[in-house]
Formats: sequence, C-alpha cells, structure tokens
Amino acid sequence: MSDVIVNDNRLAVLDHSRLRANSGKPGAERGRISVRDVDIVFDTASGPHVAVQNASLTVRPGEFVCLLGPSGCGKSTLMNSIAGFVPPTRGDVTVDGEAVTEPAPDRGMVFQQHSLFPWKTVKENVAFGPLMAGVGQNEANGVARTFLSLVGLAAFENTYPNTLSGGMQQRVGIARALANYPSVLLMDEPFGALDAQTRIMMQENLLDIWREFRNTVVFVTHDIDEAVFLSDRIVVMSASPGRIIADIDVNLSRPREQSLLTSPEFMALKRQCLDLIRKETLNAFQQQNKAG
Amino acid sequence: MDSKSNVAMRTTEPLVEAETDPAMAQAAREETGAGVPAGEKKADNDSRPPAGVWFKTTGTRYLVRIMALVVAVVLWELASTNGFHFYINFDNIPAPSVVGAALVTELTGKEFYLHILHSLERVAIAYVIAVVVGVVLGVAMGRSRWAEDIILPYIELLRPIPAVAWIPLAILMLPTEQSSIIFITFLGALFPVILNTVHGVEQTNSVLVRAARSLGASRTAILWHVVLPGAMPSIVAGLAIGMGVAWFSLLAGEIISGQYGIGYYTWNSYTLIQYPQIIIGMLTIGGLGTLCTLLVRKGCNPLLKWQAKGGRS
Repeated sequence: MSDVIVNDNRLAVLDHSRLRANSGKPGAERGRISVRDVDIVFDTASGPHVAVQNASLTVRPGEFVCLLGPSGCGKSTLMNSIAGFVPPTRGDVTVDGEAVTEPAPDRGMVFQQHSLFPWKTVKENVAFGPLMAGVGQNEANGVARTFLSLVGLAAFENTYPNTLSGGMQQRVGIARALANYPSVLLMDEPFGALDAQTRIMMQENLLDIWREFRNTVVFVTHDIDEAVFLSDRIVVMSASPGRIIADIDVNLSRPREQSLLTSPEFMALKRQCLDLIRKETLNAFQQQNKAG
Repeated sequence: MDSKSNVAMRTTEPLVEAETDPAMAQAAREETGAGVPAGEKKADNDSRPPAGVWFKTTGTRYLVRIMALVVAVVLWELASTNGFHFYINFDNIPAPSVVGAALVTELTGKEFYLHILHSLERVAIAYVIAVVVGVVLGVAMGRSRWAEDIILPYIELLRPIPAVAWIPLAILMLPTEQSSIIFITFLGALFPVILNTVHGVEQTNSVLVRAARSLGASRTAILWHVVLPGAMPSIVAGLAIGMGVAWFSLLAGEIISGQYGIGYYTWNSYTLIQYPQIIIGMLTIGGLGTLCTLLVRKGCNPLLKWQAKGGRS
C-alpha cells in the first residue's frame, strides 16, 4: 500500500499546489473517513424502514475500500451519508475530523449512469466543478482538458454526452469528480450498467488513475470479482436491515492487471470472501430468526 | 394545451431528422477501452446521407404534404365553381382562383401590409411579456410548493376562458384599445408557457441535481445549470404553442380594433360582405401563426442543440 505514493510521470499534469491549497494538508493525509454507530431510517408509507443499522467504519487516507453487498442492503445509502446527501438518523459521519452535513466538492461522487449534464459538452461537464469553485473559465477549461487526458478522452471535449458510449460517459464522470481534487472519491456502482468487457477495462483504467491520484476511494458494488480486483479492503453488508457483517483485507500486490482475475491467489481470496459472506449471511439470518 | 399534449408535440419534430443518424449510432457503438486515439472517430460531421437518399426519404414526404394541400384546393375550386350544395353550401364561397385574384390586388396595395404590421407589433409585445412572465412564474411554481399552491388556482380558473370572453373586461380595465388587444393576446400565450415551464421544471432529474451539489453548485447555480436547461425542451414546446395561441387570441382581440390589424381586416371584410377578403384574412392569420411558430422553434434550436445526436458545439 505504501509502495506507490507519487511516482508516475503522468502525475505531472495534475496540479499539486492546488491539491494542497484546497485542504491545507499534504495529499497522503487527506480523506480519513469515520463512520460511527450510524443508523439510517427512512419514513415510508408502510412505516419506518431501517436502511442501515449500527454501521461503524474507518477508512484510512488513500485506502481503496469496496462496500459489497446484495441489492437493497443499504450500501448506497451508507455511501450517500458519507457524501452528505442522507443525514444519519443516529451516529455521526466525519471526514478528516469534520462532520459531514451536506455534499461538498471535496467528496467527489461518481454515479451509476446518466449523471452527466446532457446539455453540456464533455469539457463543460468536467469544467463545472472548477467553475463552481470560483476559478475563471480559462482555468476551468484547462483543468478539464487535463482530466480528460487523464481518462483518455481529450479528443471528445466538444462532444455531447449522449453521443458517447456508457463506458466513455463513466470515464467523463470520473474525470468530472476528480477535477475538484477531492480527498475522497465516492463511487456508486459506477460500472454496474456496463457490459463485462468494458467493465474490466474500466476497472483497470480506474486503478491506473487512482495510482496517480492516491485519494481515498469508497466503491459500492455487488460484484465480488470487482471488489476483490479493485480494493485494499472489502466491507461486506447484509440486507434488511443493512449491517456491516465482514471486513476483509485484500492483500494482492499492485499494480493489478486483468491476468490477476484468473490467478490462484485471486481465486483463493474470492473463495475466502464467498465463504465468509456465506457464513456471515447465515449467522445474520439465524440472528434475525431468533429476534423474530 | 395541457402538459400532456405538449409532450406529444415535442416528439413530432425530431422524427424528420431521425433518418440521418446511422453513422452517429455507429460512432457511439465503438467502445471505450483505454485511451481511444485522438481523431479515431470523427464520423459525425460527414454523416449526412447523399442527396438521392435525402430526396427519397425527406423529399418524398414534403412532396406528399404539398400534394395533400393541392388536392384540397382543387376540390374547393370545383365545389365553388359548380355551386356544390349538399348540407355544406359552397354557393357563396369564393373559389381559390377568385381569392387569388383578390390577394394579388391586396398585395399591390399598401393597406394590407399595414394590417399585418399592426398585428405583428401586437403579437410581438404580448408574446415577449407572456414569455417573461410565464417562464418566471412557471419556474417559481416548479420549484416552490408555495408558489404553485398560490398561482395554480388562478391558472385553472382562468385558462379555460376563451379570448373573446375577455373583451368586455379588457375594455373596461385597460386604458387604450391597443393595450386591451395586447392584454388578450398576452393571456392566450401565457398559459401554455407557464404550464410547460412548470412541467419541465418538475421533471428535473434528481441525479443531476445531486451531481451538481457534489460538485459544489449553489442553489442558484443548480437553477441555472441544471433545472433550466433540463426544462428547456418543455419550455420551448410551450413557447411554440404559446405563439400559436397568441395568434388566434389576437384575432379575437382585434374585433375591438378601430382601424388596423389582420383580425380587424377579417372582421371588417365580413361586415362589408367581402368574402374573398375574409378568406385572405383567415389564411394570413394561419400563415403568420405558422411562420412565427416556426421562427420560435428555429430560434430556440441553439438551446436544444445538445439533444441532436452527434451535435458539436
């Protein structure tokens, strides 16, 4: 984990003075997430619905964490509370010691799909964050170009999103979130709508970018392969109510490539995850049955 | 004019352009992967089909449209010259040839153009006010439940009242004949603009709002960068419909006009029993209404260029 901090020449395009000016802290120390005893309860027509129950989680700066779980287990809700969209009903969420009360550009967000502004060109989409941060149009355009190069889409800066494929749109989404130099990148099943081929390439892409950026990433997925391939750590959640049932370290060396997916150590880890998830899920079921 | 019918209207237009898309669709199908080389796909600029294909598709369709009109004119001519009278009576209806001759006379004079100019002026003033008021109220209603609850009852109550019914009140309330006519025209254009704006604003995509918030956008910035552009297709449909309604409200308003206006011209021809002129007046209103609606749509196109597949800024 600590083997790669700042070593890639592509990093030259990133503006490190801005990165530090934004936070006042050196890059490696930004993005510590702390979730403590969080319950998230929604009022629905059929009474209160507990989406997240008693969740506690600490993510270290620069760590890549996957929230893994079945659909509807509250993993996206938990992430949305880190993003600042959903206030916890109980407990607290802090990033770098500050309580999260609303969304902020310091916590970049990548959504599942169709989240680009369709009326803005690719460049305008990426420049939006810097513009909102108050830099001038020229500088914002410059930042946008930098980040579009980073995701390999510089040639498409004047295209509208609806002409791009799903994978390209997601890369623009990643560039847009990163253009604010966030200390935390929150990704809500960003590759969930893509076909398998594209998905694998996107995962490699993401790791390439992240290796240069080294910010904290929280990545929501229901795909075990994806979680193992990407993360330093997998936090497993169970459904209704959403609870954290396992916390698995992924000690696979980086950089990771597609060949890893068929390697014995990947398989072993995946098996370990499956077993653990199965055991914990069974436990959870039994506890629920006892309680019920 | 309610919001549902507008959605239908909006979808009619892109059909014409839809045929020109295959190249673009192909460009979009090419997949991502790591770093697509620059300039690998620039298909969208040369994606127009050759002229022959254009004529077979779009050209043929326009030909059919024109022929449909020609058939009606020919039938009308036959009915009038032969004095067709079977429940519907064409005895007193001037034939297209007679109307055409009268039109030529009108076009050589100055009077006819004055009528048109006066009507254009009234529509322009009324329409601009209606657009400003309509969009502002519509956005307010779409964004705030309070605004909607306060304004909606007025709209529901006033909207069904036809323009003609406003004439007495307009005369009583407003200082001049001109202002009364403009008021009536304004009311006609106002409601479609408001309702479509509300509809568009209420359709705001919540994912885009969340995206904007996570990128640091303020409420004002969200309104400007997310809500308004997102509502624009619906607003533009409202603007086009509003323009059409403005013209037929104008006709009602100009009943009270003392001297000029194409509506006045039509009514006056009726009282003077100048049948060809009535038809000229009617067709002029129809033509101007269509033309202005078309101008509104074309004028708004730059606001919607992102909807066209393969558009480049």
